[in-house]
Amino acid sequence: MDNYGQVASSRDSALATNKVLRNTYTLLSMSLIFSAVMAAVSISIGVSQGMALGAMIAAIVLVWFVLPKFENSSMGIAVVFAFTGLMGLSLGPMLGYYLAVPGGGEIVMTALGGTGVIFLGLSGYALTTRKDFSFMGGFLFVGLLVVFGFSIVNIFTQIPAMSLAISAGVILIMSGLILFDTSRIIHGGETNYIRATVSLYLNIHNIFVHLLHLLGAFSGDD
Amino acid sequence: MDTWMKIASAAIMGFMVWRLWPVANHWMKNGPKGSKKDWQGAILPLLAMVGFVILLILMVRK
Repeated sequence: MDNYGQVASSRDSALATNKVLRNTYTLLSMSLIFSAVMAAVSISIGVSQGMALGAMIAAIVLVWFVLPKFENSSMGIAVVFAFTGLMGLSLGPMLGYYLAVPGGGEIVMTALGGTGVIFLGLSGYALTTRKDFSFMGGFLFVGLLVVFGFSIVNIFTQIPAMSLAISAGVILIMSGLILFDTSRIIHGGETNYIRATVSLYLNIHNIFVHLLHLLGAFSGDD
Repeated sequence: MDTWMKIASAAIMGFMVWRLWPVANHWMKNGPKGSKKDWQGAILPLLAMVGFVILLILMVRK
């Protein structure tokens, strides 16, 4: 009877994990499409750098202060769409810049495809191996703090080599966070699909932005 | 970039550092520690990713 109870409990846990995974990937794919549409709108209406920065600040306010209040209700989904829409809107000036230079369209599409391959590859690796990557938490968050520190310095110093090193560092850390976030869903560390979607969206968004920066720089267009 | 935009961007980054600091501290102190085998399992896919990014850079390089 005890064995039966353990098997039933284990099966329930696996079902709950699969439900979180399915909901996360469904919401993530929809929010990525919405974000891409908003980025296209941003390019077509010619959103300025100031407006893009404002959209990013609004997105950060949503994710830090509004989302925690609604993450356990259906309103949380609306907040996720508002957040990802604003993040898409904030990409307009950067994408507009790359698309205006010769061969820029190819660079944007390469960055987009590359981001997709990196996300699917790493998330697929975590899903198939079912390894627990929670041991990377300390390393990844400290790495993120270091990168933010260098980014603040580079906003004022504008050193091109440091900018490239920051982009390479962000791609590496966000890739590690894909492994970390996916394994947290698999192992029950993250049971809220709205929070999980936002985490994975941020990983993908940052990889895309910094991969585009690297590719633009090395193609000679940046 | 205008000076006010630089200041705003730096303020956003500073705010993120301030919000992330306790999270990083918590994971450093209470997070599980990985064995050599665990780290090998994480480094391999990350190295593959680095190789892929280098390939993309070579593809777009003129």
